[in-house]
Amino acid sequence: MSTIILPKDRATFHLTEEPHHPEGHSTMLGFWIYLMSDCLMFAVLFAVFAVLGNNFAAGPGPKDLFDLELVALNTAMLLFSSITYGFAMLAMVKNNSRQVLIWLGITGLFGLAFLAIELYEFHHLIHIGATPQRSAFLSAFFTLVGTHGLHVTFGLIWLVTLMVQVSKRGLTAANQRRLGCLSLFWHFLDVIWIGVFTFVYLLGMI
Amino acid sequence: MTLTEFIFGRLDWNAIPYDPIVQLTFVAVALGGIALVGALTYFKLWGYLWNEWFTSVDHKKIGIMYMILGLVMLLRGFADAIMMRIQQAIAFNGSEGYLNAHHYDQIFTAHGVIMIFFVAMPWVTGLMNYVVPLQIGARDVSFPFLNNFSFWMTTGGAIITMISLFIGEYGQTGWLAFPPLSGIGASPYVGVDYYIWGLQVAGVGTTLSGINLLVTIIKMRAPGMTMMKMPIFTWTSLCTNVLIVASFPVLTVVLVLLSLDRYVGTNFFTNDLGGNPMMYVNLIWIWGHPEVYILILPLFGVFSEVVSTFTGKRLFGYTSMVYATVVITVLSYLVWLHHFFTMGSGASVNSFFGITTMIISIPTGAKIFNWLFTMYKGRIRFELPMMWTVAFMLTFTVGGMTGVLLAVPPADFVLHNSLFLIAHFHNVIIGGVVFGLFAAINFWWPKAFGFRLDPFWGKVSFWGWVVGYWVAFTPLYVLGLMGVTRRMRVFDDPSLQIWFQIAAVGAFIVAIGIGAFLIQIAVSIWKRDQLRDFTGDPWGGRTLEWATSSPPPDYNFAFTPVAHDVDAWHDMKARNYQRPTTGFAEIHMPRGTGAGVILSVLAVICGFALVWYIWWLAALSFIGIVGYSIYHTFDNDRDYYIPVDEVIETERKREAQLASLKA
Repeated sequence: MSTIILPKDRATFHLTEEPHHPEGHSTMLGFWIYLMSDCLMFAVLFAVFAVLGNNFAAGPGPKDLFDLELVALNTAMLLFSSITYGFAMLAMVKNNSRQVLIWLGITGLFGLAFLAIELYEFHHLIHIGATPQRSAFLSAFFTLVGTHGLHVTFGLIWLVTLMVQVSKRGLTAANQRRLGCLSLFWHFLDVIWIGVFTFVYLLGMI
Repeated sequence: MTLTEFIFGRLDWNAIPYDPIVQLTFVAVALGGIALVGALTYFKLWGYLWNEWFTSVDHKKIGIMYMILGLVMLLRGFADAIMMRIQQAIAFNGSEGYLNAHHYDQIFTAHGVIMIFFVAMPWVTGLMNYVVPLQIGARDVSFPFLNNFSFWMTTGGAIITMISLFIGEYGQTGWLAFPPLSGIGASPYVGVDYYIWGLQVAGVGTTLSGINLLVTIIKMRAPGMTMMKMPIFTWTSLCTNVLIVASFPVLTVVLVLLSLDRYVGTNFFTNDLGGNPMMYVNLIWIWGHPEVYILILPLFGVFSEVVSTFTGKRLFGYTSMVYATVVITVLSYLVWLHHFFTMGSGASVNSFFGITTMIISIPTGAKIFNWLFTMYKGRIRFELPMMWTVAFMLTFTVGGMTGVLLAVPPADFVLHNSLFLIAHFHNVIIGGVVFGLFAAINFWWPKAFGFRLDPFWGKVSFWGWVVGYWVAFTPLYVLGLMGVTRRMRVFDDPSLQIWFQIAAVGAFIVAIGIGAFLIQIAVSIWKRDQLRDFTGDPWGGRTLEWATSSPPPDYNFAFTPVAHDVDAWHDMKARNYQRPTTGFAEIHMPRGTGAGVILSVLAVICGFALVWYIWWLAALSFIGIVGYSIYHTFDNDRDYYIPVDEVIETERKREAQLASLKA
């Protein structure tokens, strides 16, 4: 909706002043809608996992494969990274670009730690023969978790790009908007991970 | 792996089809291409094209480019159609026809994919792109660069699909590529891979353009234009874009899973190790059913605009029309299983989906009655858009009724995968989407170019299409009722031949319709001075796009209009609106960029490399896409101001145009 105050006068057919659409005034809404479409992709992957998740094809199942302590550690990494991203946004509101960069850096490190642990887990699974090709369950598992991991990877590339942007140009309106979008993206990945953690790992271990 | 294999993947000289039909086509396309490139170079048009069109972020130019893409692909898709009709008309009494199985199977696959993804989708998207910002009184869409990028990604997908004609092969799986037929075991060569990457690249464009138009309609409406004062075409566009955003991600994922099965060896849709092919069918129809409403809803909007304009009346039942559209939007997600009642999900599940499907005919029927009541006691002018609309109402109603027939599960068990189904969906897609697009093209062409389309050739095209459609597809209804299945290449029963021959004649009548449409455009450009329209409002329009000049200036409206009514422009005319002639200001506009073209080229290279297993090139071009996107975020020079003098000059010319009419 336009934020312009509607002329009460029914004889006014045009605005004499150019309505003020600040640059990027629709970006947040657009990005939200993008996130919802992304959410739908994960929804399909969750549905696929729900359908195929028990098709072990005489291969290993969750109890043979998952190490909940490792996954808990991994979850902690991602949740911490969300908190630190929140601190970066708080620093942004205070217009302190140095602090923003520090918190973004810490967020990136947590994200990297998450990815490293996930890659270690994948490597371990493949090493013991639980490859994505082994069964439909493993295909669905690797694809769901791997897609989330790929999102985190792109989030990290984006994060580094924004760190360069902020250090070069400071907290301009454009950069604040971008930080806001990445913030939505990053927290969104957290929410998805909670779904993965619950439905794939915890329920798998029952 | 040898060095050649490393460099070229599985691309080798065998990829050149030895089929003489394809080779002749290649020669013709190559000669035509060389002639086109030569002409563009000779007339020094490359700079003009690049600066004014390819890199433009103007929604009007992007809309027109979408329409051109759709038209070019229509010719390709129709060539496929007529080849199939000829083959089926002659392949009787032991004759093999003139197409071998390998070629024929590619043709029916390519025909479906091209007509849906690269004809109907670009035309619908182009139409929304052109009209929606004008109808809501905006300067452009919310994200102009994204719009340009979306267009080029759609084009990139079309290019990948077209390359398959001359290098390698296309899928032989039918337009939805069901596994296990589309799996690596049954389709080991490149056909399905072309299918996947063509659709994935185009799908990025479609999804982003859906987000873009959705945000545009929510955020950029003129002051006063509340939701229930939006023109009905904008309403249907809104619902269509909701459907795009909420369904294309499903297609993206299901194609990713299919490619994982093919490239990595996972077991999503395989027959062994726990895979489930029916899950593919479910998932792809969860996208596929909303998709058909994505195509038809905007055209429902077009018919509404056309009917009220050419009867000179307010649309009957605007509110019910809006609600009907929204109800169809929601219901379109609850019917997907009717595409495979025979899957075996049981009577209860089939009943549920049969009933939801039948319920859709209620809001659709309400729309038909709204149009009829709008026409009732109206002063109807049978201009071309109105003719197409009447033809639509007659044709589409039949298609709708055969659809309800198919929605009855027991009937569907008999008619499933038969030519009855083929006749049904061509009945609604040609009778609804195509007729609607021609109504829209004839309706909005004067707005886009400042002159009308020639009515004589328009009528030839109209009768060619309408008569041709009925002659081509009525026999298929008959054949379907007799039990003939789709996608057959040769037939044993000679008594069927006459029906296929009639259908082939129908296809040639449609060809006359298409030819006449091309002539209509050429003749109209030739006679543009006689067909010129200076009013900007040649039909007595009712919505805001008719309030500005034809073609509209880059900035659409010198001043942002204020809407007081659904038919805002009609309301302005009725209450003696005076055009502002003073007080102009500079106008803030987005700047064109070549980034969309560059990213799309990289995406096409990446897709091609993935099809042929050229891993180094795929990796390189993918890194290129990511790298260039990052580079593009550092480009801050994205907008400019149209100086006030230029605005005054443009508006003065417009004033002179209008004055010349009064004189």
